[in-house]
Amino acid sequence: MKLLVCISKTPETTAKIAFKDGNTTFDENGVQYIMNPYDEWYALVRAVELKEAHGGTVTVINVGPASNDVVIRKALAIGADDAIRVDADPNSSMFVAKQIAEQAKDYDLILLGKETIDYNGSEVGAMVAEYLDLPYVSYGTNLDIADGKATITRDIEGGAESSQIALPLVVSAAKGMAEQKIPNMRGIMIAKRKPLNVVAPVAAEDLAVVASYTVPEGRTSCKMIDPDNMDELVRLLQEEAKVL
Amino acid sequence: MVLVYTEAHNGQFKKAALEAVTYGNKTAQVMGTKCVALVIGEATNPAELGKYGAAEVMTVNSGNLAHFDSQTYGHAISAVAQQAGAKVVILPHSSTGKSLAGRVAVKLNAGCVSGANAIHTMDGGVFKVKKNVFSGKAVAEYQLNSDIKVLTLSGNSLKAEDGGADATVTAMDLEVPASRVTILGVDKQQGDLAPLPEAELVVSAGRGMKGPENWGIIEDLAKVIGATTACSRPVADTGWRPHHEHVGQTGVAIKPNLYIAAGISGAIQHLAGVNSSKCIVVINKDPEAPFFKAADYGVCADLFDVVPKLTEAIKKAKA
Ligand SMILES: Cc1cc2nc3c(=O)[nH]c(=O)nc-3n(C[C@H](O)[C@H](O)[C@H](O)COP(=O)(O)OP(=O)(O)OC[C@H]3O[C@@H](n4cnc5c(N)ncnc54)[C@H](O)[C@@H]3O)c2cc1C
Ligand SMILES: Nc1ncnc2c1ncn2[C@@H]1O[C@H](COP(=O)(O)O)[C@@H](O)[C@H]1O
Repeated sequence: MKLLVCISKTPETTAKIAFKDGNTTFDENGVQYIMNPYDEWYALVRAVELKEAHGGTVTVINVGPASNDVVIRKALAIGADDAIRVDADPNSSMFVAKQIAEQAKDYDLILLGKETIDYNGSEVGAMVAEYLDLPYVSYGTNLDIADGKATITRDIEGGAESSQIALPLVVSAAKGMAEQKIPNMRGIMIAKRKPLNVVAPVAAEDLAVVASYTVPEGRTSCKMIDPDNMDELVRLLQEEAKVL
Repeated sequence: MVLVYTEAHNGQFKKAALEAVTYGNKTAQVMGTKCVALVIGEATNPAELGKYGAAEVMTVNSGNLAHFDSQTYGHAISAVAQQAGAKVVILPHSSTGKSLAGRVAVKLNAGCVSGANAIHTMDGGVFKVKKNVFSGKAVAEYQLNSDIKVLTLSGNSLKAEDGGADATVTAMDLEVPASRVTILGVDKQQGDLAPLPEAELVVSAGRGMKGPENWGIIEDLAKVIGATTACSRPVADTGWRPHHEHVGQTGVAIKPNLYIAAGISGAIQHLAGVNSSKCIVVINKDPEAPFFKAADYGVCADLFDVVPKLTEAIKKAKA
């Protein structure tokens, strides 16, 4: 079985968010990047588990600049066999999806995170599936493979749905699909020798791009309420905040 | 024209669907065109979407659309959009809408923005629309360069406005390919409450609760105001509460009108999913809890004492 896992990077969760060039560009100065948690904790770990159970290979793919190699090496340390980096700036979801689809033509299972935690697009998976004319199941919380078929449980509003689909297939991973794994020393050493193939992008347009950013004003001050006077809190919620 | 895909549940339109039609109508007004609603499958009264701003309602029914599959639904929505000449396609920002947006965008060669939270602007002839990014720490304005645009509308971004008249309903005849997905079953864990992303009132609790057996006071409070319950990540991770209640950067992102948080410290990753709420009330016994800095109202006390008192005060105010 050939598995492909799409990995992206995102600012570390406590990173300071600031902009430059007249608020048109994210200021990367001092920002540490991590692998997007949904890609790492769930999609990648489950792919490695499926490989261990059924045999096959796990390839990771990233669309991004050379500085992303650190994140890619971490994925190799967690257990991917090899990696592809499409050498281009990922400025729009459609551009990224087109690059992934171009490389993804003969895999049995393509796994992604349900969304990136910085832009929360949740767009790339459906796009890749559409380019490849494959079924797409989003927000998978459980994924098993048997006899060339995937059995998947996915999150829907207020519940869960389970389904079965023949491979090949695109699946996005949500919390529950696997447990986060910390790479061990041996994994990290081996990762250095695993192949990381850098390929050139195919032509694709950016149809939706960020033009500018604004930073909303934070909450100015918190009104402290006497714990023995909950009537006052209820009054404020009704009359001042008008939310009750 | 502007095409809005509206989701129904047991024949009734979801709140998000009514919001989307209102949004679609306002979008159409900016563009000097009309808003058309699309219903797939059974809905008791599709004509009522006219009240919320749809000039027309189109319905599609096919055995191949009996269950949701992004491939068959994406095919249907794109086909209607093409036939009707839609310039903007609006989807709800639900698990369904998000699974569809990318497909529809590729089919229509459209720029795609998911989680839009305001009506677009036409700035020098350029279509621009905003969404929250970096966990609500910034708002990004996207510029769409394509002829057709696909947007998903973030819940609670505007209020559904009714007032218009019923719309005419036209059944569309469409060829839809068979689904390759077999549904094995659906497990509804949450009963009748509004699902978290749609909820207007949310009561949430964290590790300060000490254990799952203490959640009764949180459920009581939620019940008196009709709120949906939520929790912090460690609470879901240790199995005190179901995973679908986990809010935050790696959980559900919400923006209710009211978010009440009891026994939650307010870690940056938690705030990331809730700080777009209109009004935040924090109950915590530690005056230094970071959550107070992100709150509108704070109560610094033992939650086991305060939460039942708050429930009683609300009961009294409602009586
Ligand atoms: C990559 C990453 C992603 C994460 N994503 C999320 C996420 O999506 N959502 C999330 O919630 N967390 C997330 N976290 C975890 C986050 O950093 C915090 O650890 C977590 O939010 C803490 O949960 P808590 O507030 O319930 O518990 P604690 O931090 O332990 O806080 C408990 C609070 O309860 C108060 N308390 C205790 N007893 C009482 C009492 N009797 N009365 C009143 N108050 C009391 C305490 O003063 C304390 O402030 C993430 C972390 C990482 C690293
Ligand atoms: N630049 C990228 N390279 C590879 N995979 C990506 C990239 N961006 C996004 N993805 C994948 O697509 C998923 C959804 O991303 P998004 O649609 O941007 O929220 C992520 O969780 C990744 O698995």
